[in-house]
Amino acid sequence: MISMTKPRVWESFFWPTIAAALLLAVWHYSVVFSGTRVFPSPMSVRAGVSELLQQNVLWADIGDSLRRVAVGFCAAILIGIPLGLWLGWSAAANQVVNPTLQILRPISPIAWIPVSIIFFGVGDRAAIFLVFLASVFPIVQACVSGVSSVSPVLRSAGRNFGLSTSQLLRRVIFPAALPQILVGVRIALGIAWLVVVAAEMIAVDSGLGYLVIDSRNSGKRYDLVVAAMLMIGIIGLILDFSIRRVERIKSVRWGFRNAS
Amino acid sequence: MASAEIVAEAAGTASKLRIQHLGKVFERDGEAVSALEDINFDVSAGEFICIVGPSGCGKSTLLNVLAGFLSSTSGSVTIDGEAVSGPDPRRIMVFQERGVFPWLTVEGNIAFGLSKLPRAEREERVAHYVQTVRLQGFENAYPSDLSGGMKQRLQVARALAVNPDILYLDEPFGALDSITRVIMRGELLRIWQSERRTILFVTHDIDEAVQLADRVVVLSSRPARIKDILTIDIPHPRNISSPRYLQLRDELLKQIGLAYEI
Amino acid sequence: MKLPFWLRPVLFIAVLLAVWQVAIDRHPGQLLPAPTGVALGILDLIRHGLLLKYVVASLFRVTWGFGLAALTAIPLGLMLGWYRRGEMAFYPLVQVFRPISPLAWIPIAILWFGVGDLAAIFLIFVGCFFPLLLTAMSAVHNIPAVYINAGRNFGLSSSAFVSRVLYPAVVPQLLTGLRITLGIAWLVVVAAEMIAVSSGLGFLIVDARNAGNRYDLVVAGMVMIGVIGLLLDLVMRSLERVRSFHWSTSEG
Repeated sequence: MISMTKPRVWESFFWPTIAAALLLAVWHYSVVFSGTRVFPSPMSVRAGVSELLQQNVLWADIGDSLRRVAVGFCAAILIGIPLGLWLGWSAAANQVVNPTLQILRPISPIAWIPVSIIFFGVGDRAAIFLVFLASVFPIVQACVSGVSSVSPVLRSAGRNFGLSTSQLLRRVIFPAALPQILVGVRIALGIAWLVVVAAEMIAVDSGLGYLVIDSRNSGKRYDLVVAAMLMIGIIGLILDFSIRRVERIKSVRWGFRNAS
Repeated sequence: MASAEIVAEAAGTASKLRIQHLGKVFERDGEAVSALEDINFDVSAGEFICIVGPSGCGKSTLLNVLAGFLSSTSGSVTIDGEAVSGPDPRRIMVFQERGVFPWLTVEGNIAFGLSKLPRAEREERVAHYVQTVRLQGFENAYPSDLSGGMKQRLQVARALAVNPDILYLDEPFGALDSITRVIMRGELLRIWQSERRTILFVTHDIDEAVQLADRVVVLSSRPARIKDILTIDIPHPRNISSPRYLQLRDELLKQIGLAYEI
Repeated sequence: MKLPFWLRPVLFIAVLLAVWQVAIDRHPGQLLPAPTGVALGILDLIRHGLLLKYVVASLFRVTWGFGLAALTAIPLGLMLGWYRRGEMAFYPLVQVFRPISPLAWIPIAILWFGVGDLAAIFLIFVGCFFPLLLTAMSAVHNIPAVYINAGRNFGLSSSAFVSRVLYPAVVPQLLTGLRITLGIAWLVVVAAEMIAVSSGLGFLIVDARNAGNRYDLVVAGMVMIGVIGLLLDLVMRSLERVRSFHWSTSEG
């Protein structure tokens, strides 16, 4: 509808390939023409990726990063969703707690690094704490606004069928707010992935973020820097893609179809 | 002599809009779905045409093709002898819902198509049409402050302001409550009688069609073909409990395939 | 007991602060400062003129990085959203670049721009560019077809169409995207300053810790980061409330 004629099926493969090829060519030739010794060409990045794969460091680093995200993020979900549902449900509680959350929320999780090192020392638990901090606020926020935007008609309908408060929360409010909550969860996961890399660059000595900074510091291996960045991008994409799959489940999806 | 006159009339002078062998085929998931088949009718200038048919039959598709939003796959649509090739400010569509621009005030919406006019003339035109659709006092209100009926009146005003010769209305009162709908019909007739535009009005409401139209085009279910074209020979204002009215209404209900007893 | 509504959150914060104060007072010799220590730390920073200097430095970087990203990503995103084939071509690439932490660009930023303002601005730019691009693209997709048809009906030229239909129709979504992205920019600048430059609030935190474990200054820096982040968010939210912008919320 929006513009011109409808693209054909083959075009959905053709155009991205062209764009990617163009980007690689520009990258390759600007490396060649500038004569830089430091910045890697696409070829040397590919060599870097296979070098990392052979040395098995890559898998260990990926595992470390994913483990930190998984633990911190799950903790954020387990605490954030009930807290958010409660605050969204009870206007009085929200009024008391919300200002505190609003002050804590904009503090960069990165700025917590020194404090988290006091609490947890240098290591996994400091990074997990940062991931938790980064993802809990968007989740709470999404739950609060999700619950408070549930139509009063649905609440009344639920009451009408004689549901108790806890049943109402579980069977009406939560499913009704779920689409919005999931959007918040997806955004939180994106931020968690961003923060774990940053945390690993500063506060721990393993993981993909550490790989980036270490490749640079020990011998300016920029081919490995870019290779590690590529891995960060691809894994982030896979994480995002998996959450979007959840959003596409029928019983969840209603909110996205009507949301125009 | 008499028959020659009729032929001459049909050939050009009074025929505003001419639809010949119009067909529209959509492609959906690689399959061809026919929406319109062999639609033929003429509309004369100043005529009020209602298009009725079962829901989902392709009434809106027909209107979208006439207005140039969709292209046809066969046949032709000509207005004053000129083929329709795309949307054109000489004929304006009034949409069922969300047709007014929510980021503009009432005045801003009415003035939307008037940016080429000098300021004084534009203001005069806006003021005139605010009055025509009776939105005085709401000139600076945003659509979110208006009721459903007011929004539709605003759309009509925005359309009339650019002085189009044809108005297309796509179930314009479909989202309104039944009382507002009756009032809106009266308003539309009043405006039509004072401004004398050609109107094509899509509706699924049989009463609406019999109350408003000079002629009613009845479409079959998908793919839409013309089942019948009924002339409503009752002068305005129409008495909606007169025997002729009820007769025409029953006739239409039968055409649609509904029994007239519930 | 019925408390006035504004007093309750204030009391809640006061209770939290009191618990914090008592906990620190009971365990002397902690690295972590008590609220009073933090307040003194902020005063200290103001007296030395450092607070203003660092806040300005951080805001300067955010303004440039965020502004450049908005100026490039929004027009590009609107264009890609409008032309289906353009979007097809670049969407996969954008999707790969977007989840790369802006901080992972630090080595490259330093390589290209050296240690300094430019590197930090570049990092913020990278962090804001891709989210804004995606917001602009999806904003175009979400324009109800009715607005586009109504706009075309009145015979507008393409430039008039862009300025009078396309742009106002996407503004509400763009503003929300800008607000969220500004939050990201604020997050990135702090991190960038911890690694790549030697001024700004992020630098303050790292420097205060490294130079003698001045944790009162660390927490003072955090408080300032929170307060300024909150102010930025409030400014963006008030923009979203401007009448002719916020139609989307009222119009459903």
